[in-house]
Amino acid sequence: MFGKLTLESIPYNEPIIMVTYSFIILIMLSVFGVIFYLKRWQYLWSEWITSVDHKKIAVMYILLAFIMLFRGFTDAIMMRVQQVLASSGNVGFLPPHHYDQIFTAHGVIMIFFVAMPLVIGFMNLVLPLQIGARDVAFPFLNNLSFWLTASAAILINVSLGIGEFAQTGWLAYPPLSEIQYSPGVGVDYWIWSLQLSGIGTTLTAINFLVTVIKMRAPGMTMFKMPVFTWTSLCTNVLILVSFPVLTLTLFLLTLDRYFDFHFFTNDFGGNTMMYVNLIWIWGHPEVYILVLPVFGIFSEIVATFSKKSLFGYNSLIWATIVITILSFIVWLHHFFTMGAGANVNAFFGITTMIISVPTGVKIFNWLFTMYQGRIYMHSSMLWTIGFLITFSVGGMTGVLLSLPAADFVLHNSLFLVAHFHNVIIGGVVFGCFAGLTYWFPKLFGFILDEMWGKRAFWFWVIGFFVAFMPLYILGFMGMTRRLSQNIDPEYHSMLVIAACGSVLIGIGILCQIIQLYVSIKNSRQNIDVTGDPWDGRTLEWSTASPPPVYNFANIPIVKSKDEFWRMKTLQQENILQSCIYSKIFMPKNTGFGFFISFFSLLFSFSAVWHIWWLLLFSLLSIIYLFILKSFKKNDHYIMSIKQIKKIEKNNKTREMHVK
Amino acid sequence: MISNNTINKIDNKFLHVEKNSKTIFGFWLYLVSDCIIFATMFAVYFVMMHSISNGPTGKEIFQLSVVLIETILLLLTAIFSGLTNIAVYKKNLRCVILSLLINFILGLGFVSLELLEFYHLIIEGYSPNRNGFLSAFFTLIGMHGIHIIFGMLWIIVIIFQTLKFGVTEMIAIRIKCLNLFWHFLDIIWMCIFTFIYLIGVL
Repeated sequence: MFGKLTLESIPYNEPIIMVTYSFIILIMLSVFGVIFYLKRWQYLWSEWITSVDHKKIAVMYILLAFIMLFRGFTDAIMMRVQQVLASSGNVGFLPPHHYDQIFTAHGVIMIFFVAMPLVIGFMNLVLPLQIGARDVAFPFLNNLSFWLTASAAILINVSLGIGEFAQTGWLAYPPLSEIQYSPGVGVDYWIWSLQLSGIGTTLTAINFLVTVIKMRAPGMTMFKMPVFTWTSLCTNVLILVSFPVLTLTLFLLTLDRYFDFHFFTNDFGGNTMMYVNLIWIWGHPEVYILVLPVFGIFSEIVATFSKKSLFGYNSLIWATIVITILSFIVWLHHFFTMGAGANVNAFFGITTMIISVPTGVKIFNWLFTMYQGRIYMHSSMLWTIGFLITFSVGGMTGVLLSLPAADFVLHNSLFLVAHFHNVIIGGVVFGCFAGLTYWFPKLFGFILDEMWGKRAFWFWVIGFFVAFMPLYILGFMGMTRRLSQNIDPEYHSMLVIAACGSVLIGIGILCQIIQLYVSIKNSRQNIDVTGDPWDGRTLEWSTASPPPVYNFANIPIVKSKDEFWRMKTLQQENILQSCIYSKIFMPKNTGFGFFISFFSLLFSFSAVWHIWWLLLFSLLSIIYLFILKSFKKNDHYIMSIKQIKKIEKNNKTREMHVK
Repeated sequence: MISNNTINKIDNKFLHVEKNSKTIFGFWLYLVSDCIIFATMFAVYFVMMHSISNGPTGKEIFQLSVVLIETILLLLTAIFSGLTNIAVYKKNLRCVILSLLINFILGLGFVSLELLEFYHLIIEGYSPNRNGFLSAFFTLIGMHGIHIIFGMLWIIVIIFQTLKFGVTEMIAIRIKCLNLFWHFLDIIWMCIFTFIYLIGVL
């Protein structure tokens, strides 16, 4: 009846998991209780869960990312503590079986459920506003993508309390991930949660590509697009081209595990290295998928807070395009030690060195934008400068690793771990925090508290260096990654320093939580009524904050790169508002995305546990819902001129009132 | 001075044209992603082609005669897809339904022959669990087959929608996407026929 699922699947005997899980359930119950108490279910359902508004979907993405960041960070702390204990001759509190799950979950969660939702959340928030569009091309698809990602995140959290998670590392290399060596459900959980979120991400890419190509405001040619739009466009090309490879690779591993195929097995002609190739053909572009939008965020921030247009716009765009292409021919540097031969390694070593050139170009773009600019040291600017320094260090250690001979020494060592944390935290995470401070007022209409923001920055950046610089040294000393038991006591002191660093980062996170609390408490003082708190340059600042549901009452006509800046310097701002209005067609909210994703979650869960009847049932339900949706005819509503006038007048009087 | 009403009318028309072109473009992008899935699978197949371990090679198991009939059936659907397009253009409901139905039947014939081929192979002991080559072979052909089955399901849905709504603009766009999908599968099959079967028996 329930396949492999029995009561023994719940890990009763592991107190850490049980306590954590009961906490999660307790928090969830209390959240539900509050919603019940406030009678906000209706509001939640009709305003958020079913919403097709890109701004609300953005909020949900970012919220999801922060919830998962909390879990990913807890995993990191546990690993740090365990390594400190294990290097002092202690057994520690995590048995290998549990520790292996934690480092796998940490990687998967941080990449797929923190970095990706953050980046996609920002694209959702900013892209349509920057190109002067009313929404994305396919609003329903956008909702569906979000819920697919959310169900994947739920699935990975279910694995904590029911069964186990993979113990294979975040990319689950076979033959370890084959049924022979991982007979449990852990790898299956991994497969299905990645599959779900991967499909959601692919749909997002299609959506945004159509949005950028087809829905730009009149007059906005490709080389008048804001930089964030450009880097997001390139990111979505990368997603569209690389994520199908992940989908297929996971599918092949599924066939191996479920139906005894021989793609990646040790015997019967299977080829394990093919898996490693395939997963990195997706995996390397994935790195750029994360970092390119963040480059865009920094470009916007640098230009705004230096009061200059970006230095070398064209060179930055071309550097982005070059990175997009080159990111597909460097994948083999992740496994120089495979033994592909000197020539192959040399080729991929050289391409890896080449790809650092366009990235270097960008660094100079940002530096020269600041040069002779009137820089305002806003906290998002602090994150940017922190990024420039940290990311350059990380980039250089990357170039060091691109040398195959050096890589043979450092492969699988903590040096590598330090390198990729250096670029991901120093690049992606700092970028997302910068973007959050920068665009927060656009989302909610009030500004984040500066003082706590700056405190958070300093704790983060110092914490980062304290936590990860020792890992470089440990890598040189010969410590390999993923160790949990019997660690050489010589490593102990460095591991202690690293653990202290992660505590500092923890304080940084705490500062951010306080920042949010303080900002909400003082939201009346920090209110932004102009819609343009930073004296911005691009179109998203030309509309109110928070923007009305239709974004722009009249679609702006674009004449130059920094269009809003041009309008402001020519005092043409009021031209925008004095036009006559016309009716606006807006997409209706729909619950289909939520239900389809719910059944996808059920499908994946039953696939993990081999509950075939439930699998069939949920598959049929998904198909049924899609067909039902396609029979629905009216998915738009019309906003009358009267309503628009009312909203616009409201925003204007609000502005006048404060002035 | 243009009245508000005219602006609305223009706006309204613009919205529809824009929406349709977005849908078609979005569908092309979906096809790109699907194409990459197939391209990767072809690459996997070429890697696994010689990983025969203890099993047979392609030469020993491929039956070209059946495959030829499958190919003919599938290529015929391309003609009827074209006919569907013309019928949609002429807003001829009956011809639309008829050509869609013929395509469905041709697709059914294709899938049955393919299943028959699989059945025979498995009966003779050449199941996908035998070796890497057979795993890749079954997966590649099966993936294409599942796409065809999905396309057939789509045809049924479209037939019902055409009966319900008539040959409207919405239906026309959907049929256009369906045809794109179907032609895409035809092209994939041509690649399978050439690179798997024909080269396989050499």
